[in-house]
Amino acid sequence: MLGAVYLSYPLKDKIALGLDLQGGMHLVLEVQTEKAVEASLERIADDIKREIEKEDYEIDRVSADYENKTVTVLMVDAIDLEAVEEIMESFTAYLKNEGKVREGRGYQFRLSKEEETRIEQNAVSQGLETIRNRVDQFGVAEPTIQAQGDRRILLQLPGIKDAERAIRLIGKTARLEFKIVDESVSPQSALNGSLPDGDEVLYKREENIETGEVIKTPFLVKKRSALTGENLSGANVNYDGDFNEPYVAITFNSIGAIQFQEVTRTNVKKRLAIVLDGNVFSAPTIQEEISGGRAQITGQFTTEEARDLAIILRAGALPAPVVILENRTVGPSLGKDSIEQGVNSIILGAVLVIIFIAIYYKLSGIVSITALMLNIVLLLGVLAYFGAALTLPGIAGMLLTVGMAIDANVLIFERIREEIRNGKTARAAIDAGYAKALSTIVDANITTFIAAVVLFQFGTGPIKGFAITLCIGIAASMFTAVFVSRVIFDSFMSRKKVSNLSI
Amino acid sequence: MEIFKRVTEYNFMAKKTMAIVLSSVVILVGIISMITHGGLKYGIDFDGGTLVQLKFKTPPAIEDLRDGLKTIGLGDSTIQEFGSKNHILIRVEKSEEKLEEIGSKVKNSLIGKFQADDILVERVEMVGPKVGKDLREKAILSIIYAIIGIVIYISWRFELQYAIAAIIALVHDVLVTMGAFSLVDKEFTLVIVAAFLTIIGYSLNDTIVVFDRIRENMRRKGKTSFADVINMSINQTLSRTILTSGTTLLVVVALFFRGGEIIHDFSFALIVGVVVGTYSSIFIASVFLVYWENRTISKRA
Repeated sequence: MLGAVYLSYPLKDKIALGLDLQGGMHLVLEVQTEKAVEASLERIADDIKREIEKEDYEIDRVSADYENKTVTVLMVDAIDLEAVEEIMESFTAYLKNEGKVREGRGYQFRLSKEEETRIEQNAVSQGLETIRNRVDQFGVAEPTIQAQGDRRILLQLPGIKDAERAIRLIGKTARLEFKIVDESVSPQSALNGSLPDGDEVLYKREENIETGEVIKTPFLVKKRSALTGENLSGANVNYDGDFNEPYVAITFNSIGAIQFQEVTRTNVKKRLAIVLDGNVFSAPTIQEEISGGRAQITGQFTTEEARDLAIILRAGALPAPVVILENRTVGPSLGKDSIEQGVNSIILGAVLVIIFIAIYYKLSGIVSITALMLNIVLLLGVLAYFGAALTLPGIAGMLLTVGMAIDANVLIFERIREEIRNGKTARAAIDAGYAKALSTIVDANITTFIAAVVLFQFGTGPIKGFAITLCIGIAASMFTAVFVSRVIFDSFMSRKKVSNLSI
Repeated sequence: MEIFKRVTEYNFMAKKTMAIVLSSVVILVGIISMITHGGLKYGIDFDGGTLVQLKFKTPPAIEDLRDGLKTIGLGDSTIQEFGSKNHILIRVEKSEEKLEEIGSKVKNSLIGKFQADDILVERVEMVGPKVGKDLREKAILSIIYAIIGIVIYISWRFELQYAIAAIIALVHDVLVTMGAFSLVDKEFTLVIVAAFLTIIGYSLNDTIVVFDRIRENMRRKGKTSFADVINMSINQTLSRTILTSGTTLLVVVALFFRGGEIIHDFSFALIVGVVVGTYSSIFIASVFLVYWENRTISKRA
C-alpha cells in the first residue's frame, strides 16, 4: 500500500497523461513497401544494363515489370544471350531465371520472394529509423515511434505545438536527386510527344506569394539520376548575402564528393537539376568541375521551410513513401479542459457515492469508503508502475471501478444485514456475510474482467487505456473491498465485544 | 437506513408476459429506427473521414461557417455545435492525404468572417478508410470474443442454460442501447464500443448476482416451484440491485453532465445500459430460466 503511494506521489510527475489530456499527435503511417520493391527492380534493371554494356554487347532493352516483379533482358541478337547468362551469374542470389522469351532473344528474371520480403522489411525498419531521426532533430519530448503490424508505423508525439509542420517533416520521402537537364529538345515539344528515350519531364513549382497562384515550369531531364542524396554528410541553413534569403547548404561525404566531382567534370556547361521527391528546386548551369563536395539548394524558402528541409536531408530519405492512415491531434488547451472536466466529474461522482454510502451504511459505510480510497491509490500506483498513461477513457474506467468496488461492499453488507435479520450475532453475521457474498463477487468481477481483457487485447488507443484501468481496477477492488474491509472489521471486532453493528 | 425493512415478496415472474412484450416493443422500435436511418451511424473511426474541432471566442453563425468552408471545397461536410455554442465540430467525409493541413485550411477559410485570433483549432482527427475497416472488424471481433469467453466461464461456474440466459439478457441490453443510439441519432465510435463492452460486463455482473442466489436457493428448495425460487432470489437481492444500480448511475450521471463533451456519448450509453441491464437481469434472464425449466419438465412428462 505504501509502495502504491510512493509510486504515485507526486501525481503530477508520476502519472503520465495520455495525448487526449495533455495534447499531442497520434499518427499511424503506412509505408508503401511496394514502391521500395519497384525502386529495387528499377535499380536492378539499371545495373544489368550497365554490366552488359560494359562487355560491349548490343542491348535491345532491359525493362522491369512491377506487376509481376520481373526484369526482362532483351538483346538485339539472340547469339549474345549466352554472354548474358554469364553476366547474370552475379545476380542469381535474388533473381531467378525463368527462361527465354521473344524467340530466344531475351531472358526473363523474377525477383525471389525472399528478396522481396527483405526489401519490404528493410523499407519499414529503415523508414522507422529515418523518422526517428527526424523527430529527434525536430525536438519532441518523449516521442513513441514503433512498428505496428507488417508495414505500419505508429507515432505518438505528446505536447507538440505545430502538428501540421511535424506532419510535413515526417511524411516527406525526401528523395534528393541530381539530374542532368536534356536541352536537345525543348520541354514543350517533349510534352507534345517527342520525348527522347531515357528522359522524363519534371516540374518546378513556384508560388506567387501575393496571388497564391502556382506556376509550373517543365524541365526535360535524364531519367537516370546522376547523383542522389544518399551520400550526404550534412545539411545546414545559410543566408544568401544580397537578399538575406535562406538556402540549404549541403555537404557530401567522401564518396559523394568524388561522384559530384565526376558529374560536374563530365557535364560542364550543362544544367544540373536538383530534384526533391520529383519536384525540381533549381537547375543551375555547371560552370566548372566542382571538388570538395559542396552544393546549395535554393528555392523560395521561408527560414522555417529551409530549416525543415535541412533536417530531413540530414536524417536521410525514406526508402519508400509513407501515407497517413490515421491522425488524431489534440491541442493543448482542449487537453487541459478535458482533464479539468474529467477530474471534476470523478470527484463529483466519488463524493456523491461516498455521501450516499456513509448515510446508508453508517460506520460500515465508512469502512467501505476507506477501502475505496485505498482502491484508488492502488490503481494509481499500479498505473504509475507500468508507466501507463492516464487517458480520458481511463478516467471513465476509474469511475467504473469505483462503481464495482462499491458493488462488492453492497453485496457483502446486504448479506450481513440479512444474516442479522435472521437473528445472527454481529460477529457471525459478518462471517456469514463475507463468506456468502464472496462467490458472487468473484463471479461478477471475473466476467467483467474477461470483457476488459478482451478489450485490452483487441482495442486500440483510447480503448486500451480504458481496458487497462478497468483490469487493474477490478483486481484492486477485489482486494480492497473483500480483504481490506474485512481486516478493518476484524480489528474492530477483536478489540471489544460488539453487539450492535453499525450497518 | 434501509430501502426495504424486510425481504420483499413481489411476484416478478407473474409479470413476464408484460416484460417480454415491453422488451420486444422497445427493441422493435430501435430496429425500425436503425432501418429508417439507413443502418448504424458510424463515426469516423469506423467509416473513415476527418474531424476538425474549432473553438471560437464568440459563438459563430453556422451560416458564416458554411460560407467560409465552401471556398476550400471539402466536399460533403457537416457542421455542428459541440457541447457549447463556441465549440464547433466539422466532419468531412473525405480522408485523403491532401487533407493533411486541413486544420489550418479550415481556419484560413474562416478568416475574413472571423478574427484569426478568435479561432482556435482544438482537435483534428483523420481516419483513413482502410483503418476504419480494420477498426470495425476489430470491434466486432472483440465483442464476439468477449461473449465467447463469458459463456465459457458461466457454463463452467453454473450450467449451460444460465450462460444462454445471460447471453440473451446482454444481447437484449446491447440491442436496446443500440436502438437508443439510433433514436437520438448518435454516432458509433471506438469509445462507444468500449461503452458497449462495459455494458456487457455490467449486465452480466447483475445477472450473475441473481443467478448466484438462485443457485444457492435451489439447494434447499424443497417443494417450492422453480418460478417461486426465482422470485424469492430476485426479491432477496433486490435491495442490492437497486443500491448498486443507483450508485453506478450516480457516477455515470456525474460523468454525463460533468465529464466533458468527448465522453458525453460514452456516459449516455452507460446510463441506458445500466438501467436496461438491471431490468434485464430481473426480467429477461430469469424469465428465460423459467421457460427452459418448463420445457425440460414437459419433455420429461
